[in-house]
Amino acid sequence: MDISDFYSTFFEEAEELLGDMEAHLLALDVDNPDMEQLNAIFRAAHSIKGGAGTFGFEALQRTTHLLENLLDYTRRGELTLRRDIVDTFLEAKDMLHDQLDAYRQGVEPDAEAMARICEVLRKLALEEIGEPASEVAPAATPPPASGGAGQSLSVALLGVSESDRKLLIEELGQLGDVLETRGEDDRYEVLMQSTASADDIEAVMCFIVEPEQLDIRGISPEQLPVPVKAPEPPPKAETKSAARPAVDSRDSGANSSIRVPVAKVDHIINLVGELIITQSMLNQVVEDSEFTGDGGFASGLSLLQRTARDLQEAVMSVRMVPMDYVFSRFPRLVRDLAGKLGKDVELITEGKSTELDKSLTERIIDPLTHLVRNSLDHGLETPELRAAAGKPGTGRLTLSAQHQGGNILIEVSDDGAGLDRERILAKARSNGLPVSDNMSDEEVWQLIFAPGFSTAEAVSDVSGRGVGMDVVKRNIQAMGGHVDVLSEAGQGTRTRIVLPLTLAILDGMSVRVGEETFILPVSAVIESLQPRADDLYTMAGGDVLLKVREDYLPLVALHHAMEVSGAVTDPTSAIVVIVQGEGRRYALLVDELVGQQQVVVKNLETNYRKVPGVSAATILGDGSVALILDIPDLHRLSQSKKASDAVARNSTVFSSKEVSAS
Amino acid sequence: MSNLVSVNPVKKAAEISSREFLVFSLGDEEYAIDILKVQEIRGYENVTRIANAPDFIKGVANLRGVIVPIVDLRLKFRLASADYTQQTVVIVINIGTRVVGIVVDQVSDVMTLTAEQIKPPPEFGISLPLDYIHGLGNLEERMLVLVDIERLLTSEELAIVERVGE
Repeated sequence: MDISDFYSTFFEEAEELLGDMEAHLLALDVDNPDMEQLNAIFRAAHSIKGGAGTFGFEALQRTTHLLENLLDYTRRGELTLRRDIVDTFLEAKDMLHDQLDAYRQGVEPDAEAMARICEVLRKLALEEIGEPASEVAPAATPPPASGGAGQSLSVALLGVSESDRKLLIEELGQLGDVLETRGEDDRYEVLMQSTASADDIEAVMCFIVEPEQLDIRGISPEQLPVPVKAPEPPPKAETKSAARPAVDSRDSGANSSIRVPVAKVDHIINLVGELIITQSMLNQVVEDSEFTGDGGFASGLSLLQRTARDLQEAVMSVRMVPMDYVFSRFPRLVRDLAGKLGKDVELITEGKSTELDKSLTERIIDPLTHLVRNSLDHGLETPELRAAAGKPGTGRLTLSAQHQGGNILIEVSDDGAGLDRERILAKARSNGLPVSDNMSDEEVWQLIFAPGFSTAEAVSDVSGRGVGMDVVKRNIQAMGGHVDVLSEAGQGTRTRIVLPLTLAILDGMSVRVGEETFILPVSAVIESLQPRADDLYTMAGGDVLLKVREDYLPLVALHHAMEVSGAVTDPTSAIVVIVQGEGRRYALLVDELVGQQQVVVKNLETNYRKVPGVSAATILGDGSVALILDIPDLHRLSQSKKASDAVARNSTVFSSKEVSAS
Repeated sequence: MSNLVSVNPVKKAAEISSREFLVFSLGDEEYAIDILKVQEIRGYENVTRIANAPDFIKGVANLRGVIVPIVDLRLKFRLASADYTQQTVVIVINIGTRVVGIVVDQVSDVMTLTAEQIKPPPEFGISLPLDYIHGLGNLEERMLVLVDIERLLTSEELAIVERVGE
């Protein structure tokens, strides 16, 4: 086993530790700091330093060391916290993060940036404490807390395999002089002399083994082995853990969660999906054969069905993570931006425990960041302006999440100035958008989602570059959701995002065309009806329009777009489904509506490529594959097919074969 | 040169490069692919057609929850007739992280071929383009066309794999 095998563990843990550190730093009350929090921050820095030393990440180790010293002074009350000191700590934390990223990518971190932050930290130590922060060069230098020429320690490794043990002993050799090793797998003792404290040793080693696999205690020098002389018996009483079998070394109350690659979860979801299909096939077989058997068979089958459904739900829930995962990155952003903009802002988060599919949480971060920046920059006013408007000086920015049926509702709201109707209209006019003064407020607010739209007076580095709300809208639509804005002048702005809880399951409407079945996303379906001949209008280019109440909608024949033979071609004896996608509405001609069901979405591109007009695939109850239609893309496909059909008709000599081959 | 010197290396090379091949037939020709690329063999059934795709892309099938494209090489390279009978099977192939099924008339054998049995392919006389042929396997009366299946299935010609920039 190579030490690099532990790199990824270190990176993940260090990342978490940095996250903790930031959360604590942000929550810190500067005037009256909580001792527990200071300790937690110190511990995080300390553990990272230890790990960095183990793996030879020198820049990371040195930077952390300086930060750790300062944190140590702070928790011992020798350094009085101020807001700008916390800012420096946060900056240092960002630096550590950058360094961590660099090491993760296998490159050396930016030395200049490191020198800069180290200088800042050193200066801070010099000014505030009046003593230069101790330089650190060798690996895993002891923190100032420990002193003396060294102490004698017994480090017991409980249930550590031989290969790991070798690695650990090497590590210990760097921390001090290993005098003797003895023992078996379940308890292996290393007697050593070291200047490092027990805490340090633990911090270094816990990246390789669990803390409860270690038992470190100081021993008196007499207990150390003297050359030639036979070793003393193991020091003092064995701890209760001595008898712990090696197998449960990872199992302890403290570790109630495990890391699992998403691919593994997806594999389980696949298998569960298969199980459900097999189960419904069984049901079908029983129904068809009119096999009644005894009651036990039927009840067993229905029990299987129920358990399979529960299993599916349980597995899907594994993919869900709380919104806290997203919200937790905003306190820092708000703090920094508010400081930069000279605004006083209180961030409130609600519904942190609301759960959302992991893949969606990752994709919602960017749009939300954008909305929060917008609120801070354009929405919330400076304290002076707020006072003039009779509002409290501190602005409120609220992030909230809640479940609504099968959806999640995420809101970003502020109590700022609200959107400026006149300015939006003026801007829209100058951008050449069709607007009129008697548009409703809702329609005006929708204008901010137009591409290249920004009403910010000056382009700041916070926002206002005019790329933004349209991207936000597009991203959210790509996730199958939608976004709208409510605003009232002087009262604030509220942006509402509605998203499906998961991308892995979709509410589908199955339709039949010829012999084939397709799935429409229910979210895109508005209504369905059987058209009358009077409502159909054939246009010059061969396009057909369908009149639905006041609207004329283009008719797209699914059998034409998807090249299905044997379909009903006469619209009046078929069904049209009115669908909407990317703001465009059209009538989709199908043979028959089959039913509505939840389907598990399967990516087609995993093994194949993007198929025009199709967003994904799913597996039906009989085990066959059905394609899920991409409503906007289907319209494009139908348009381009009409165009190429026209070409084919015009070129008589080079028949349709040439066209289809191109 | 002396025999001692030359025999040994040849034998060694042969041992190293002796590999197992799955033999199948397309029309009258016998083809063979590296068995390590084969995931499994299944019947041809329940294939969902994909619209607006070339005719040799038969569609996609469900392989225990994984959606797998099914390719009929007989159509692509105009080999004999492309009938679907009881014998028609799909060989499921692994290429990197991807899974693709190919339709063949029949799977007959698993053969071990040594390097000596593998000859360079002739310039003509094989239905598949030479680019995708490793060589010819000589086995007594039979002649096996060794197909570089990975190269074939990722080729632009088949367009199963979407390329960057497309």
